[in-house]
Amino acid sequence: MSADTSHPLNTGDLLKTPLFALHEKLGGKMVSFAGYALPVQYPLGVMGEHNHTRNAAGLFDVSHMGQVIITGPGADIWIESLVPGNIKDLAVNHIRYSMFTNDHGGIMDDLMITKRKNDLFLVVNAACKSQDIAHMKAHLPEGFTLTEITDRALVALQGPKAAEVLSRFSSGADQMNFMTYAEVTICGAECYISRSGYTGEDGHEISIPAHKAEDICRALLAEEEVEVIGLGARDSLRLEAGLCLYGHDLTTDTTPVEASLLWAIGKRRREEGGFPGDHIILPQIKNKNYAKKRVGILPAGRAPAREGTVIVDAEGHEIGTITSGGFGPTFGGPVAMGYIKPEFAAVGTEVFLVVRGKSRAAHVAKMPFVPQRYYRKT
Amino acid sequence: MTTYYSEEHEWISIEGETGTIGITEYAQNALGDIVFIEVPEVGNNYDKGDEIAVVESVKAASEIYTPVGGEVIAINESLESDPALVNAHPETDGWFYKISISDKDELDELMNAAAYKAYIDGLE
Repeated sequence: MSADTSHPLNTGDLLKTPLFALHEKLGGKMVSFAGYALPVQYPLGVMGEHNHTRNAAGLFDVSHMGQVIITGPGADIWIESLVPGNIKDLAVNHIRYSMFTNDHGGIMDDLMITKRKNDLFLVVNAACKSQDIAHMKAHLPEGFTLTEITDRALVALQGPKAAEVLSRFSSGADQMNFMTYAEVTICGAECYISRSGYTGEDGHEISIPAHKAEDICRALLAEEEVEVIGLGARDSLRLEAGLCLYGHDLTTDTTPVEASLLWAIGKRRREEGGFPGDHIILPQIKNKNYAKKRVGILPAGRAPAREGTVIVDAEGHEIGTITSGGFGPTFGGPVAMGYIKPEFAAVGTEVFLVVRGKSRAAHVAKMPFVPQRYYRKT
Repeated sequence: MTTYYSEEHEWISIEGETGTIGITEYAQNALGDIVFIEVPEVGNNYDKGDEIAVVESVKAASEIYTPVGGEVIAINESLESDPALVNAHPETDGWFYKISISDKDELDELMNAAAYKAYIDGLE
């Protein structure tokens, strides 16, 4: 067996989240992720953690992600100069998924932007946060302030029972609409809660003062529906939900159009432009002219196709690459996403995946692979 | 019936000239939930140390190297529909393949149960 699984991680050189001690106490198997020591799994195991999140509620430590507050007159209008999303027209206490684009239309990071009463609250990827902050600071107008929040943990409580559990600690949390935000008190601590997540399930993300993070997590974990979940299940959950992982499915070599994230570019922004790379992105939208497109891929057999797997056509010509792939426990088989030449991007197109030198049948499939279950009031 | 172990966490149990091969309890525990196993084809010949099978867990793909050379004479067909059998019973029902051993001297380089136990204790 070749897997390097026998050496305990030396966490000495890694950054630690406010929940590091709790992870170790709960038996988390720690790995290095974006410079942080984080649990890849707990004793329940990746499959068990994945299924528990889909069936009840899972608690994830995502404190490695960057939390940033931007204050300034018209901050919502200003940030539109860096992202293609419609932030100006976003209502207060609402959240939008967007991305920083560069001058070539490539994606520098994807992020969540919450419009609060007096500022913007951003959540960015751990591996990109220094670069994102430098990028924003370089463009920050006079009189604006940018503050990285380093004294708060960030956790996600996800799953069909998640909102019900959270409402026991914060009355009314289960009545919030998907992609809305509130400031609430949980166990005596001021928390920011967002009805959002990265699993395709209902649930919240909760920003907690660091010194109260372990107490609140222990209280949540004491609820019978809740299990603690590691990075392994986080990845299989988001992959089944068709959600992108920055650095894999999104890079500076992919535009939002190629990444099939057109839904995140508002109508007004498509007409007006005014974001980095608009001269590349807007013609791609208008002319439907681009070299590759992100699609779902379902292998026909049982063999997972991992990141980097080459996609070929029936004649064996290379037509794309898998950027995320693995086994989907809820789907019950291998699932993947990747970039493919647009002429092969239609759902149902037969393709082949070269796994360990063998060409294996697959087809382009609709994402998500499992239905999203976000809470939307009707 | 004698069972030997490799440093790569395979076991091989010997009956006459035939070896039955699988992965150890330690290996299945380290790999986590197994979702797919690619076994060799019956009739193919391998040298000791050749990559002969692949185990895919929810986490990653891991290669299996045959602890002895020879001709594959049987595979465990249950693994195709139930790869988790290896998690549940790695050293019995979760066997991978049977091989007709070409050179039994190759077994001398493997460990017995006591030596393997000492070996994995040293890894922790």
